[in-house]
Amino acid sequence: MDKILRVDMGAAGGPKFRTEPVGGFAGLGGRAMTSAIISEEVHPLCHPLGAENKLVIAPGSLSGTAAAMSGRISVGCKSPLTGGIKESNAGGQAAQVLARLGYAAIVLEGKPEGDDLYKIFINKDGVEVSVDNSLKNLPNYPLIEKLKGQYSDRAAYMTIGTAGEMKLLAASIACTDPEKRPTRHCGRGGTGAVMGAKRVKAIILDDTGMKMRPPKDPEKFKDANRRFVEGLRKHPITGEGLPAFGTNVLTNVLNEAGGYPTNNFRTGRFKDASKISGEVQAELEVKRGGLATHGCHRGCVIQCSGVYVDKDGNYVTKQPEYETVWAHGGNCGISDLDVIARLDFLDDNFGVDTMDTGAAVGVAMEAGLLPFGDGPGAIRLVEEIGKGTPLGRIIGCGAAVTGKVFGVERVPVVKGQAMAAYDPRSVMGIGVTYATTTQGADHTAGYSVGPNVLKSGGDLDPLKPEGQVDMSRNLQIATAAVDSTGMCLFIAFPLLDLPETFVALLDMISAFHGVTTTGDDVTALGKNILKMERDFNTRAGFTKHDDRLPRFMLHEPIAPHNVTFQVTDDDLDKVFNW
Amino acid sequence: MRITVKLFATFRKGRFDTEVREVPPGTTVSNVVDAMRLPESTGIIFVNSRHADPSRELSDGDTVSIFPLVGGG
Repeated sequence: MDKILRVDMGAAGGPKFRTEPVGGFAGLGGRAMTSAIISEEVHPLCHPLGAENKLVIAPGSLSGTAAAMSGRISVGCKSPLTGGIKESNAGGQAAQVLARLGYAAIVLEGKPEGDDLYKIFINKDGVEVSVDNSLKNLPNYPLIEKLKGQYSDRAAYMTIGTAGEMKLLAASIACTDPEKRPTRHCGRGGTGAVMGAKRVKAIILDDTGMKMRPPKDPEKFKDANRRFVEGLRKHPITGEGLPAFGTNVLTNVLNEAGGYPTNNFRTGRFKDASKISGEVQAELEVKRGGLATHGCHRGCVIQCSGVYVDKDGNYVTKQPEYETVWAHGGNCGISDLDVIARLDFLDDNFGVDTMDTGAAVGVAMEAGLLPFGDGPGAIRLVEEIGKGTPLGRIIGCGAAVTGKVFGVERVPVVKGQAMAAYDPRSVMGIGVTYATTTQGADHTAGYSVGPNVLKSGGDLDPLKPEGQVDMSRNLQIATAAVDSTGMCLFIAFPLLDLPETFVALLDMISAFHGVTTTGDDVTALGKNILKMERDFNTRAGFTKHDDRLPRFMLHEPIAPHNVTFQVTDDDLDKVFNW
Repeated sequence: MRITVKLFATFRKGRFDTEVREVPPGTTVSNVVDAMRLPESTGIIFVNSRHADPSRELSDGDTVSIFPLVGGG
């Protein structure tokens, strides 16, 4: 990955691209690359939909190698949703293919005049940027169907649906999975709107004729990879729970723990949670001829994904993830998996973040537009997004905007981005992450749920403020580093519990680059990334007052534990105190 | 005394989802777990929605929720 492709979409006379050596960005991958470029090159006060913003697409530093789990791609920009720096990542095939093509990053710059829509095609022979207005207003599934016929079977696609073209704040970028379905989304923070503002509808990547990226020390690499995979298989979370039940295995866990945000964060337990649990979902999928075990990218050994089909065995959508099932399910009082699956399909097709969309529907229910529990009503509301009606645009801009338009106080967002499927009052460690991460309310940025609830990576009482800041800090640093490698974040479960697996990963990185990488190097990388991101956000106008939860969470206790969020502002300000 | 035992994920196989059972006073969490004869070590145990030590003595009306090690995100 020795080159960077820069495409100036706003060049006079039409988009112009150039390929340049990776230069000062050498060795960076994934989030390290996207945050370095954004923090260095984007004016922090720019309008996110304007010419000064950039969209950076970067495979991880291990993507395109034979390393298991290395299929994550990072997309970075100034977020139109949060106004701060954003890194959003997804699985699917794009990371592997782009890395094997030799690109450390694609940088979309500028903004074209006029109404034309573009596609960008990259293969071993070079780059083509062309107008294709026949793609206008196509949702992701029909878009891929149309494009598939024109490109080889090896192609991987990154596309925006109708939401991205409309520049909605919850617009996502879809990455195709191994079956070429647009199901793995860079969902959070409106990256799809930035791609739409630059008038790029699709990026098609074809690595035919390219090889796996070779390690400097192939024998050591192979051995380390083998030990790494052993750890993934041995650990019960990655070796059993996730392949059998997917991420939705968490519904029952969080519900039992009293941390499952129900009816727009009014209570921490949903009486119908078991109906939409991972156990029920997996059984239903298998019974109906779908799949409960599936890998979102080639080289995945965890296989936490699946395929959801209707009662007649017809494809509906990929197995909905825990956060999606929560956002459209318990958060809205909805207990019908078929309704939730339909909503997941609509989100993927229009190209919106399932989390902010579900949270927006929950806020709409709070506002009285429709009752909690109204599944058909929720479907009608999300369908509005596809129609581009004013109401659809509101919902498609996420929970914060929906709350403003309808005068709602209970809006579960930080820095404008909706929270995830863990209530911060009864899972206080995730509350610290939601409040302080540079990304807005984001659960993956420092997944305190592990030590707080899952007894993985530690064991810390979720109902007390003690220890949460230190734990969130350590996880945020480690996660930033993992986000740069292109490795799926679920490797963290065995990494944090099995020292030999952590060593295997370090050995793999060392053997790939031919330079010894230690745990200290990983920490330094993570800290550096967070420092760049914090600095950008400061320059963009953020202060410590933005590192806070919504105030209702300090005052309104949540059942069944009847707790409020108790980590003090002073302690929140200690997260980045190195 | 009467307690409710809930099993999840792979622990349900060949057992049950939810069962109410009579147990003698002084029964601990670990007594209940042993009685399940689970093939592997437990991951997460809640008593009345809070993490509980295996040595925790149960009371009448308690709910014990037993999970294997699971995760997601």
